[in-house]
Amino acid sequence: MISLVLILIASLFFMGIIIRTKSITSGRKGPGIFQPMKDIVRLWKKGAVYSETTSFIFQIAPSIYFASILMAVLVIPFGSYGGVISFNGDFVFFAYVLALGKFFSIIGALDTGSSFEGMGASREALYSLLAEPAFFILMGSFALFTGHTSFVDIFTSLHFGTYISYALGILATFILIMIAMIENSRMPIDDPKTHLELTMVHEVMILDNSGFDLGLILYGTHLKFAMYGALIANFFTDSFPFYISIPIFLAVQFIFAIIVGMLESFNARFRMGNNAQFIFTLTSLSLLIFFGVLLILKKII
Amino acid sequence: MSAIAIKNNQQIPVSSIPLVDYHDFLIFNTSLLKLEENHCVNYFGIPKNNTIQLFCCVANDNNQNILISSSIIDKDKPYPSFSEQHVAFEKFEREIHENFGINYTNHPWLKPVRYAYDRQNKSNTITNYPFFKIDSEELHEVGVGPIHAGIIEPGHFRFLCNGEQILHLEIQLGYQHRGIEKLFLNKKRLVERNTLAENIAGDSVIGHTTAFVNLWESLCKFEPSDDILLSRIIALELERIAVHTGDLSGMCTDIAYQLGSSVFGRLRTPIINFFQQWCGNRLGKSLVRVGNNNFPFTNELRTKLIAVLDKFEPDFDEMCKETFHAPTVLGRLEKTGIITNQLGKEIGLVGMAARMTNINRDIRSSHPFGYYTSLAHQPILKGHGDVQSRGQIRREEVKQSINYIRNLLNNIPLKQKEVTTNLQLTPSSFAISLIEGWRGEICHCAITDEKGELIHYKIKDPSFHNWLAVAMSVRNNEISDFPIGNKSFDLSYCGHDL
Repeated sequence: MISLVLILIASLFFMGIIIRTKSITSGRKGPGIFQPMKDIVRLWKKGAVYSETTSFIFQIAPSIYFASILMAVLVIPFGSYGGVISFNGDFVFFAYVLALGKFFSIIGALDTGSSFEGMGASREALYSLLAEPAFFILMGSFALFTGHTSFVDIFTSLHFGTYISYALGILATFILIMIAMIENSRMPIDDPKTHLELTMVHEVMILDNSGFDLGLILYGTHLKFAMYGALIANFFTDSFPFYISIPIFLAVQFIFAIIVGMLESFNARFRMGNNAQFIFTLTSLSLLIFFGVLLILKKII
Repeated sequence: MSAIAIKNNQQIPVSSIPLVDYHDFLIFNTSLLKLEENHCVNYFGIPKNNTIQLFCCVANDNNQNILISSSIIDKDKPYPSFSEQHVAFEKFEREIHENFGINYTNHPWLKPVRYAYDRQNKSNTITNYPFFKIDSEELHEVGVGPIHAGIIEPGHFRFLCNGEQILHLEIQLGYQHRGIEKLFLNKKRLVERNTLAENIAGDSVIGHTTAFVNLWESLCKFEPSDDILLSRIIALELERIAVHTGDLSGMCTDIAYQLGSSVFGRLRTPIINFFQQWCGNRLGKSLVRVGNNNFPFTNELRTKLIAVLDKFEPDFDEMCKETFHAPTVLGRLEKTGIITNQLGKEIGLVGMAARMTNINRDIRSSHPFGYYTSLAHQPILKGHGDVQSRGQIRREEVKQSINYIRNLLNNIPLKQKEVTTNLQLTPSSFAISLIEGWRGEICHCAITDEKGELIHYKIKDPSFHNWLAVAMSVRNNEISDFPIGNKSFDLSYCGHDL
């Protein structure tokens, strides 16, 4: 329960910090931390406009997409405190409930019949397909390492002690940050700020959504970021008491948001054709973790 | 003699242009273009009863000559086309076909150009534009526009794609035909015409206005004084600096490089703000006027401009270094949207787009006017023809223009006492004016009748040639690279549509 509350809190300011970081690095003052959230609330108060060419799928897709993210959030633990739902193999559930949401957002985009949205949908499908092995090799390695298959057990029994395991922790953090960027269609895979339909991935899929639905999709992104932030924070909040672990959690979210902002400020987006290659390198990095775990467990050599 | 050779900004009696048979006219001009140093700067027709008098102007890059030839053809007869021999004529002939209904027997495809109000065939409308179509299950069409995502100007882009790969792009313009060329004839007062010239394309105010005033002054046999010429060249080079910098910002935006986007955007502002201080308009409107210098360049302005440039230059250098050394930026710019030298010559590219593929074509050096005659301008050339080359050209041209301005500022001539000259057009004359605007060669032509009234005014923006290059450059590129490729050319929609 505690993790759900904390993630919801983090989701309120996460995007604000990214935008603020980007503004400061480009020499502007930038909007307030809560501005993105205020925009979403404004959208929630509005009605939605539906194109006549769309069917009910387009109308239910945003809600299912959002619900899937919420479901995924429920399994995230906070240190040794399990999530609202916790069972063996819940990280598989986590990945596929997110995939279900993505599936609906993709068919929702296809439902509009726009050539742009089809293009965006195919790109998004490809990228999350490619990112999947990275996540599973990463979590699988940790499952192998700890001998447990649920998030909460994995994180409670992760002991960092040897140099290799520290290296693994850093690698895992990097991979999770990058997976979060891919899953949220942010730089360097996609540019959320662009106005050019032809270069968009996620933005072009939601061109037809408006009002409440759009608000849900946008808030979904915030929630997803905070969710991955919480996953990363779990590497650092072993079994400290609350007065230490909660500040650590918030600090990790804060630093994560700043890293995202920095990544988006000083890099250009990758060429679309190179994205697949880049995502594959994440998989090979997570293979490093896998081999590291094998080393620690003395399964090889 | 099939043609008369004149220099830039020279006026000649219309009767001195040799009239030749269409067949000779065709052979003469197409064989001229077989030489690489020649390119067609303008080719247009004037209706006379049931005939059309065609004028073809071919400029030579090496000997400062512009060859003007002319032929009279019948409206109703079919004629062989120039485009069959040389694709650079393709658009000019489409325009002649659209305006007068001349049927070319072997033109590749006489598509509408800009849907002029007085076009021959009124049943051709923008809704039934004949797109190139393909019957295929595997390929798909993506249509973008006419409303641009960044709400700039209207233009429709139709892609034929194999997945993410572009096989073919067709660019359909003509959404905003204002009939500027006709307005030049209808508006009788000089100030109206001057203002019209300022509004041909909002990003080339100085370029188009300078072309207009040069043309007008040569038709009036008016010799502008040094202070007028100085103001014009400073304004033209400043416009180049401002737009190039803004384009670098736009290119950074399109590849989501936020740092470059915001810094170059900020750097453009002091330059256009200097125009505001100089003449009260950030785009330089009302600055360039025929036979007059309303806003002489004073020593006070000189101090201000030097201060602006001194602040601009170090920041610009630093940001360019940062941008053109960032691996992620280079990864997007290099080998994207390539135009080969060969293709560039076939299309008849002009201006910056020509120089990026190593075609030495720059009016400032090939047909210099005003202060450029003493500048000994050396065009900046790049060889790769990709987006990176177009970025680098901008970077170096900005530096070059700053140097030119600094040198010019060393010696500011005093404003001459205004001499009330009689700005009367010479009757029965033809004049041509070429200007190297920031985008490339701007060409204005005018013809007067026996009473000294304007009977034809012809404008050619560099975009007219170069749009074809955009369409060719994206072939086999990823569709997501189209925006950056398009921005790197930064062609004008209204300059094309007029």
